[in-house]
Amino acid sequence: MTPELINILNSVVANATPLVIAGLGETITERAGITNLSLDGSLALAAMFGFVATLVTGNPLAGLLIAMLVGALVALIIAVGDITLRQDQVAIGFVLTLLCADLAQFLGQDYTGSRSTPMPVVKIPGLSDVPVVGQIFFSHQAIVYFSYFLIFAVWFWLFHTRGGLAHRAIGERPAAAFARGTPVNRLRYLYTVLGGALVGLAGASYSMAIKPGWSNPPVMRGDGWIALAIVIFGGWHPFRVVLGAYLFAALRALASAIQRSPDIQIPLVLLNGLPWILMITTLVLVSSGAIERLTRILPRPVQRWTRSFLRSDPPAALGTRFEPD
Amino acid sequence: MDLELKHIHKRFGHVHANDDISLMVRGGSIVGVLGENGAGKSTLMKIVSGFQCADSGEIWVDGRRTSYRGPQAAIASGIGMLQQDPLDVPAFTVIENFVYGQPGGLLLGRRTAHERLSRLCQRFGFELNPDAPIAQLSIGQRQQLEIMRLLALGVKTLILDEPTTGISAEQKSMLFQALRELAKQDGMSVLLVSHKLEDVISLCDEVVVLRAGKVVGVLPMPATAKQIVSLMFGQELASQAQAPVALGEPKIRLENATLRGKRVTVENFNLDIRAGEVVGLAGLEGSGQELIIRACVGLTKLARGRVLVDGKEKTGKPYRDFLGCGVAFGAAGRLEEGLIGGLTLTEHVALTENTGQMLNWGEARQHTEAKLKHYNVRGLPESPVEALSGGNQQRLLMALLPRQPVLLALEQPTRGLDVDSAQWIWKQLLARRESGTAILFTSPELDELVAYSDRILVVYAGLVYEITDVGSTTIDELGRLIGGQFIVAAD
Repeated sequence: MTPELINILNSVVANATPLVIAGLGETITERAGITNLSLDGSLALAAMFGFVATLVTGNPLAGLLIAMLVGALVALIIAVGDITLRQDQVAIGFVLTLLCADLAQFLGQDYTGSRSTPMPVVKIPGLSDVPVVGQIFFSHQAIVYFSYFLIFAVWFWLFHTRGGLAHRAIGERPAAAFARGTPVNRLRYLYTVLGGALVGLAGASYSMAIKPGWSNPPVMRGDGWIALAIVIFGGWHPFRVVLGAYLFAALRALASAIQRSPDIQIPLVLLNGLPWILMITTLVLVSSGAIERLTRILPRPVQRWTRSFLRSDPPAALGTRFEPD
Repeated sequence: MDLELKHIHKRFGHVHANDDISLMVRGGSIVGVLGENGAGKSTLMKIVSGFQCADSGEIWVDGRRTSYRGPQAAIASGIGMLQQDPLDVPAFTVIENFVYGQPGGLLLGRRTAHERLSRLCQRFGFELNPDAPIAQLSIGQRQQLEIMRLLALGVKTLILDEPTTGISAEQKSMLFQALRELAKQDGMSVLLVSHKLEDVISLCDEVVVLRAGKVVGVLPMPATAKQIVSLMFGQELASQAQAPVALGEPKIRLENATLRGKRVTVENFNLDIRAGEVVGLAGLEGSGQELIIRACVGLTKLARGRVLVDGKEKTGKPYRDFLGCGVAFGAAGRLEEGLIGGLTLTEHVALTENTGQMLNWGEARQHTEAKLKHYNVRGLPESPVEALSGGNQQRLLMALLPRQPVLLALEQPTRGLDVDSAQWIWKQLLARRESGTAILFTSPELDELVAYSDRILVVYAGLVYEITDVGSTTIDELGRLIGGQFIVAAD
């Protein structure tokens, strides 16, 4: 592999990280039956708060915490509105998207154009020295390593713990969860807020790590919608969500590489549309049953795994309210 | 485990769903709880299993008074319920459903759960693939899983709500075998809620009959079907109320129709309803009568066979085609299918009147007022339909039906109405038949079926028995037939 290609792949991993974290956060929330639609706004608001807090306190940890708090608070508004006040979560989420985006620009106007030093790149002894793989995956800022950890943590939680069963059950059939003694609405609060905190962290990872600074319009504009789309593309499965995030970042890198190259003439619009076309094609393939038929050839222990990996149905109770008798 | 209920009361608004119910289930016995729809069976079972709270009354377990809130707490007291539609998570696998709700650490412990499940499966001869998704299981298999899950939780009293609806004969005999074994060997108490006489007769040691929220009798088994039925439905006799009308041409015809529902299949069914004829469909909910009535109006597609309206082939045609031929349908779910929540009464009337693209609100309002007055609907033209009481919604639904349809297909046309309004509705309906409308209706009220039908079709588990001589049919007989006695007789 040429050093140039390795460099590009390294930056793909870095650039995908906010999408990975936001996508996983939204996966956690939606698996519990609630849609946090506010991503595009809350990412920006958390990014701004995280950046400014770091600038003011000089402590990046404070910045990360503030960003997570902002993300959690926005999510809390959705949870209160939906669960306690019985209002439409989609409507609340949509309004919050617009509100948070504008609020971020308004509150952050004094800092527009500011930059800061990015978080340092941390090498992991041993792993970072592996040729190619080490250079692509283990030569990053700490937040990228955290996203690796998060991927496996979410997957393990959802599919290998009792708590994960209850988590999925409240998003699939809350009545059955209630019958088994699971406090449905309390857990929905918890996972909405937790998912929101991760969205906040994703916002901070733009402004403090990947593209340090604050600008107008913010660099992450539009990425919230992409994260929401990636969750659907990912079939609410953490691994597939991550795959979608990397795929998207790679296509973006490809698009900008082609754009820079003088030899290839492809209209920009087509390049920008490429990720979406690819996503829709994949979704159609997965839900058509063609792939389901293919998995039947596989040995049985693998089948269970592939089936849950390829499943494309949303959590059955997504967006519905639960009230015990 | 002995379970005793003392003086349970539960009200929903004006309805006294459980009125001073006391009953006793001894460990090792199987008690059947019988009653027609709305007798209060499900309310009582929901209270015992913790899904609802009683307004007053006591629950005693093994001679000690207990109280609990929520199904999980009931299970902790040893009482578990198998719902008619098993309360599992369809997206999970069998083993995940089995594990979910069991106490344990952070991890699932798949291996020990596998062993536990397969031991329980072996004991009762159930076959369940632990890795199969629930969505691929039959209702019978999901029941088996749910029972084993409850057993693993240490349940000592098992409540089963209509467990034999929608499962195969083989699964049913396996289920009954397992229940007998649990009662005799483990000393479990079993409460079986059912409206199928044959199930109760073959399984139970004792039968408790509920009517209108009260315990009307406790019969030790064996008792005859006749004794049970007379307790369930009371003894009053109904009489044919109306003068016969000369019948005309067949208006609706089903030929060798096969209808597939979620739980029942009606096979090779033939039906002819002639102009002026009133046909009643009797049967317990989910027996297949709703498949038949909906096939006649084009809402259920025929898996096989043909449907003809007024002599014209309509097989496979959409509902609006049927409407165009003069078929009118009144659904049982008033706000779900019949009326549109959020629209006013005037808007409903305007919707049913075909007056082109522009609405004439003045005219629509006048018509609405006239209809409300004529049908005695208590409500304002401008109020939203959900503001009406159930009975008034029903009257509005009747008011919206076309004047001279070819076929009137009505699900429970007098649901929620008092006797006077019900009689008045029937006067309206019978007036239409004199001008050649054929009427097909379902009803849970046996005396309504006997009083107004020229013929009654009794549906039980997808099988149909025809009563042509309605005049000499007693409520008693009809009740027995509804409980599936015609199948026993045919054997």
